[in-house]
Amino acid sequence: MAEAAVRKARPKYLNLRALLFEIRLPLQGWVSIFHRVSGAALFFPAALWLLWMLDRSLSSPSGFDAVLLYTRLPLVKLGLIGFIWCFCHHFCAGIRYLFLDLDRGVDKRASRLSALAALAGGLALTAFFGWKLW
Amino acid sequence: MSRVVVGAHYGLRDWLAQRVTAAIMAVYAVIVTAVLLSGQPINYAVWKDLFSQGWMRVATLLFAASMAWHMWVGVRDILMDYVKPDGLRFSLQISTLLVIASYLGWTIQILWR
Repeated sequence: MAEAAVRKARPKYLNLRALLFEIRLPLQGWVSIFHRVSGAALFFPAALWLLWMLDRSLSSPSGFDAVLLYTRLPLVKLGLIGFIWCFCHHFCAGIRYLFLDLDRGVDKRASRLSALAALAGGLALTAFFGWKLW
Repeated sequence: MSRVVVGAHYGLRDWLAQRVTAAIMAVYAVIVTAVLLSGQPINYAVWKDLFSQGWMRVATLLFAASMAWHMWVGVRDILMDYVKPDGLRFSLQISTLLVIASYLGWTIQILWR
């Protein structure tokens, strides 16, 4: 069979090297995978971590002070900024998806623009709350 | 043309639930952020007082319940996409449900202590 001879090896891209170095995602793709990664991180461990802090901070005045001191540790602050980015990016990208679900901005140009806006919005909000925190 | 719909068809319900819960959480996040940024500096008394108010407890519970449902749909989607062995996926889904239930239980415990 002539067709079989020219058939390429499939699937082509299911290896780590291809995922990391060969596949070039468009901006919309980055927003999408970041939405997924940030969502997973919010489920675990962010929610657990924040619940623990909420629990301690409301338990007693000394617990509140302990949490306050804890959040002043540089590593903890870094972790909190990571959480803030996850939340803000998930928030912005999520609002973008709500509009896409309503068939708003689904053409190439508009979706690229809104992807850029979601990405920038997440980073800007992170910068603002990060600055507030630090 | 009429179509015969088969299956459990919970897909649409979950899809819609994920969006409705997202909207609820977004509104809560904006309100609470505004309250925290506009109010007085946070100390224990202010913090405790905020979480002892009825509206805040109910809103936070609503947020937690929305988060639970939203997380379940989201994590389940991720597991369905990447975890192919049935047994492993099933175990991870059960673990996910347990984690989510614990979050919800813990939140209620924190709010009504």
